[in-house]
Amino acid sequence: MKFAKFAASALAMAAAASAADARDQVQITGSSTVLPYATIVAEAFGENFDFPSPVVEGGGSGAGRKKLCEGVGETTVDIANSSSRISQGDLDLCATNGVAEVMEVRIGYDGIVFASDVNSQDFAFTPADIYLALAKDIAKDGALVANPNKNWAEVNANFKDQPILMFVPGTKHGTREVFDTKVVEAGCKETGAYDLFAAAAEGDEKAKKAAAAKACMELRTDGVSVDIDGDYTETLARIDADKNGVGVFGLSFYQNNTDKLRVATMGGIVPTVDSIAKGEYPVSRPLYFYVKRAHLGVIPGLKEYIEFFVSDDMAGPNGPLAAYGLVSDPELAATQKMVADETPMGALN
Amino acid sequence: MTVAATNPMPTPPAKATHSLLVPNAAMGRRNAAEKRFRAYGLAAIAVSLSVLGIMLWSIFSDGLSSFFQAKLTFPVTLSSEVLDPAGNGLREEMTKVTTIGYGKLLTAAFTAELAAKGISTEGVTDKQLAEMISKDAPGVLRAKVLGDTSMLDQTITMSVLAAGRIDGYLKGRVTMETAERDGNISPEQLQLADRLKTARILGSSFNTRFLTSPDASDQRPEAAGLGVAILGSAYMMLLVLIICVPIGVATSIYLEEFAPKNRWTDLIEVNISNLAAVPSIVFGILGLAIFINFAGFPQSSSVVGALVLSLMTLPTIIIATRSSIRAVPPSIRDAALGVGASKMQTVFHHVLPLAMPGILTGTILGLASALGETAPLLLIGMVAFVDNYPSAPVEGFMDPATALPVQVYSWASRSDPAFIERSSGAIIVLLVFLVVMNVTAIILRRKFERRW
Repeated sequence: MKFAKFAASALAMAAAASAADARDQVQITGSSTVLPYATIVAEAFGENFDFPSPVVEGGGSGAGRKKLCEGVGETTVDIANSSSRISQGDLDLCATNGVAEVMEVRIGYDGIVFASDVNSQDFAFTPADIYLALAKDIAKDGALVANPNKNWAEVNANFKDQPILMFVPGTKHGTREVFDTKVVEAGCKETGAYDLFAAAAEGDEKAKKAAAAKACMELRTDGVSVDIDGDYTETLARIDADKNGVGVFGLSFYQNNTDKLRVATMGGIVPTVDSIAKGEYPVSRPLYFYVKRAHLGVIPGLKEYIEFFVSDDMAGPNGPLAAYGLVSDPELAATQKMVADETPMGALN
Repeated sequence: MTVAATNPMPTPPAKATHSLLVPNAAMGRRNAAEKRFRAYGLAAIAVSLSVLGIMLWSIFSDGLSSFFQAKLTFPVTLSSEVLDPAGNGLREEMTKVTTIGYGKLLTAAFTAELAAKGISTEGVTDKQLAEMISKDAPGVLRAKVLGDTSMLDQTITMSVLAAGRIDGYLKGRVTMETAERDGNISPEQLQLADRLKTARILGSSFNTRFLTSPDASDQRPEAAGLGVAILGSAYMMLLVLIICVPIGVATSIYLEEFAPKNRWTDLIEVNISNLAAVPSIVFGILGLAIFINFAGFPQSSSVVGALVLSLMTLPTIIIATRSSIRAVPPSIRDAALGVGASKMQTVFHHVLPLAMPGILTGTILGLASALGETAPLLLIGMVAFVDNYPSAPVEGFMDPATALPVQVYSWASRSDPAFIERSSGAIIVLLVFLVVMNVTAIILRRKFERRW
């Protein structure tokens, strides 16, 4: 009896406390690629400011942006991390739910690297190699045929004899989009398969292009290309189990596991923070976070956190984020000014 | 064999063709069948024990090392020139010096100590030398100095964490060979670590911070701890207890002792049994919709986690409580009613105390399964990086927190290999809690159990 009374009063007190107290820490959600960078900043923020450290959640770019657009108020998140740009659909959702203004902050670039077991051969890939290894249909003597390649030596005579086995990020990952457009589609065009797909498609010029791009991205389903829906740790474990595997990783993940992985060059360029910053290494993408402008000045520490994130001490070329594998944005100064002025993002172009 | 089983004795024997004392073929087959069955049973037990053994071995061999941590010990002079540029000793002014400033001070002190002890730093650049100290150390020193500004200009002996790779070297995870290929450590740094160890600057000690510190970012696995997760789990278990026991016990007593047996109570019973079988992720979705979006409870807070886990635990507790109430013999009730007790008095003075051991056991087992639950917490924002301890109850129930199984999951997906050890270490802590709870349940049952 006493117990029940105590329980009821405890719950009532808890509910009252939630109504009275404003949330005093920043809530962040979104991309698991941006997550490690956000935690590094959140931790340093907690150490150096009198505000509590923000709470950072993973879960994926798309899910994070949807959460951001759920509405305005303390029970909604303040920042969505994203490894791809926000879409018009997200912005429309934001507008319907009363999230009028969103700030877009680009924090830098992330490289996507191909790596195999540390004792395997040195791969020097081109997008065409990847396409010939993984595509469902490839061009052969001017005609489309089902991909017959089973061995890297068949793909490119420069490679040593090794069965093809590739671990690519699953379709829910933002990384997959970059892999598709910058590697698979590029390889498709290089090998001439794109033109064959376009010729085979029906409709006007635009429809043909769309059909060809779609056909290019179809990967083979005979077990040679394996989709990994988990994290990079899963890809690493798969390569550990089957030494023939080649995996797709983020640059920062590779840099933390150089003792287990051997990185492949792409188009002759070794992926490093430097070569990505210069734009030489082709497979990279910008990383963003999106801030709910209505929460600035309401949630304590929000403005300070985003200013701290883009400061030279953090996101600059010598900061801890660059040390972890983020490629610093050459236009960081413009971003800093944008954040200081609290400029909301314009329409998507 | 079936012939022997259904027709053991041929009808009517004129003469006994065989005796039970003389083995024959049918009996041989039956004995062999029994032997085979025993062998199958033994094999099944052996398989499950060996699987358990392999699991425990892999967890303990990976995880035990997380309870020990490499530390560097050297004197640091807290120069007021660096830490208090304004020169007035005011805390507000001193907060302007960031951890970067403190980091430089630590590195300088470390270098000076090496020079004083005559330890050669051959082949190690200044930057690499600085990287041997954990990135966590400047923050610790800053918090210490800001906590007591009178320490300025004193020389104190700091014991700070060594970087994750150095720690890995002492534990055998990092070797000279891996260091050759590792971008974050060089063999020269490891050789220096050997010299530091001989000079007793570098040493390994029991890692209390693993149990008390909050989580740390990917750059400092050596500083990551379970403090917030243990607190969060404790808060949630407390709340689950407060919510579930009164509701569960009241429901059970009503259903067992007072409710009429009709279609409605049957329906309720079926539903309770069904609820116990609902996958836990469903409760997470429900929790997000009701407790966060509708009721407006804060995200990632232990109160929401506890409410969701309560939904999951309630059916277990109700089922256990009802069966232990049912196990109280009717003669007790009859006797109580016979001497003039009311129905309510019968229940609360006689039935409930006798059913208590069973209720406690059921509750503890329900809590143990709630303690290990991750899936529903995924959806209510508890799988997160939380760097601040939740404050004391009751307000602390509203603060963001994580839970033990969640910490295992999020460490397992980090990129630095040092987190594998942390993850297994967290599993050990979780297992210890579970074993303690289950043993308590067994002891309570043994102690208070009554046979009728």
